[in-house]
Amino acid sequence: MELYELTVHELHEKLVSGETTAREVLDAYYRRIEAVEDRVHAYISLMKETAYAQAEEADRSIREGRIGPLTGVPIALKDICCTRGFPTTCASRILENFRPPYDATVVARLRAAGAVFTGKTNMDEFAMGSSTETSYFGVTRNPWDLERIPGGSSGGSAAAVAADECAAAIGSDTGGSIRQPAALCGVVGMKPTYGRVSRFGLVAFASSLDQIGPFTKDVRDCAILMNVIAGHDPRESTSVPVEIPDYRAFLDRSVEGWKIGIPREYFMEGIDPEVRAAVEGAARALEGSGAKLIEVSLPHTKYCVAVYYIIAPAEASSNLARYDGVRYGFRAEDPRDLLEMYKKTRSAGFGAEVKRRIIIGTYVLSSGYYEAYYKKASQVRALIREDFDRVFALCDVILTPTTPTAAFRLGEKLDDPIQMYLSDIFTISANLAGIPGISVPCGFTGEGLPVGVQFLAPHFEEGRLIQIGSALSTLMPREVRRPRL
Amino acid sequence: MKITQEEVRHVAHLARLEFPEDQIGKFTIQLNDILMYMEMLNALDTKGVEPMTHATVLYNAFRDDEVKPSLGEGESLANAPDPRGQFFRVPRVIE
Repeated sequence: MELYELTVHELHEKLVSGETTAREVLDAYYRRIEAVEDRVHAYISLMKETAYAQAEEADRSIREGRIGPLTGVPIALKDICCTRGFPTTCASRILENFRPPYDATVVARLRAAGAVFTGKTNMDEFAMGSSTETSYFGVTRNPWDLERIPGGSSGGSAAAVAADECAAAIGSDTGGSIRQPAALCGVVGMKPTYGRVSRFGLVAFASSLDQIGPFTKDVRDCAILMNVIAGHDPRESTSVPVEIPDYRAFLDRSVEGWKIGIPREYFMEGIDPEVRAAVEGAARALEGSGAKLIEVSLPHTKYCVAVYYIIAPAEASSNLARYDGVRYGFRAEDPRDLLEMYKKTRSAGFGAEVKRRIIIGTYVLSSGYYEAYYKKASQVRALIREDFDRVFALCDVILTPTTPTAAFRLGEKLDDPIQMYLSDIFTISANLAGIPGISVPCGFTGEGLPVGVQFLAPHFEEGRLIQIGSALSTLMPREVRRPRL
Repeated sequence: MKITQEEVRHVAHLARLEFPEDQIGKFTIQLNDILMYMEMLNALDTKGVEPMTHATVLYNAFRDDEVKPSLGEGESLANAPDPRGQFFRVPRVIE
């Protein structure tokens, strides 16, 4: 077994026991990156120089017995997380040369835990997309089939973990941008409760929906990463000052006696039969171990995509107003006056999908349309949340497919925004309601593409997601299949 | 049509964006498709439903009113496309 194939907990054990060093581990990862990256293109930039300094520091601290939960472990960061002094582009031309003056809180926490940062991963521009095809820096390919998309928007992070180009990665999830690519790349991805992980230093897309979370090779690693990144941050006013459990305590426990809600609305239109079969297989395995499956209803499910594509662009149009070419980022050449500078800078700096969403957002907030769109969507959002409150009175967790189909082909939906938006149909509801969700691999299609099952839990109950994800991995041991690269 | 090419131009101006004339047509069609899709919300009666504007329990996050270090001049200007002395330079605003 190669070093780069190991999980975070396996690597950490080898590092602590002295069987290997952080430097050797990092060498192994950069050799792996060199071997596969021209085909996968998971990264926008590599942080080699600082990574080797971090690895050296990790080896020193291991020798001195100062061992953090991630000491010496190579981790990739979605290029939406600010890294002090190192380019943070959001996959946009407008931020191509931006070097943040500070670290995101999640980055600072990972640093303090001893992590080594391999590089910044590719994504849809400003996290707006479901395929990582809208990146200014080119597409990322799915390691399981290079003609297919890795999902998005955190497609680079998912692909990097699946292709063994890092031990774990950080992503962000506004409508499914962690869970959907995790499912399509066959890795574990969690979106924590809104407010669980600080968004300080996360470039804002839709502030009432954005949340940071981990991509990992197994559920144990997910618990380890959550222990590091979760927690209140005085610099982020929506981060919630509630106690963080040790998420590892939820591993290796049975879910006997649990009630698992199966929402009928998630098993209806448009779901691929092979995806459905794999997800139902996971449900039956859990039932076989003593959990009880109960049918539940989330009646406002069909409105989620419409609500999301009003609220997210509305918030985005406001958040992205800051890119004006004045204080940082790209500025167009030779404008005649200030207004022309704004227009030329923004028009050349943003890609098509970002502009589309800014226009939608500006439109739905504009005078005369606010009530019909934004207010209406916010009301339906309240109904969607009430659906979940009702259902969680009846069950411990909800089980759904993460995505309606396995990974689709590059270019297939790029010119059809609504079809692209519908690929997030099962993940958007958790962001609207603010609840946590996890995607765990549960099998493959006949063509060998990974399938993910999603679990959803009430606010701040990430522990239940770890517990059931861990139980499922024991019941359905991960097939010893790796992408052929 | 929910939105005309003229309205797209107007909204683009509000958002400080501009589009080449040959792209406006396709863009308007795509926006119409999206807005038509959103029409489904009108089927739902939401009278009296309090809009949900945030995903978390609403409360105020207060902190002590203490002065803390902030970014210095050098760091603040380090990313500026056209810094001049202590300032961000922009094209002339007033003739």
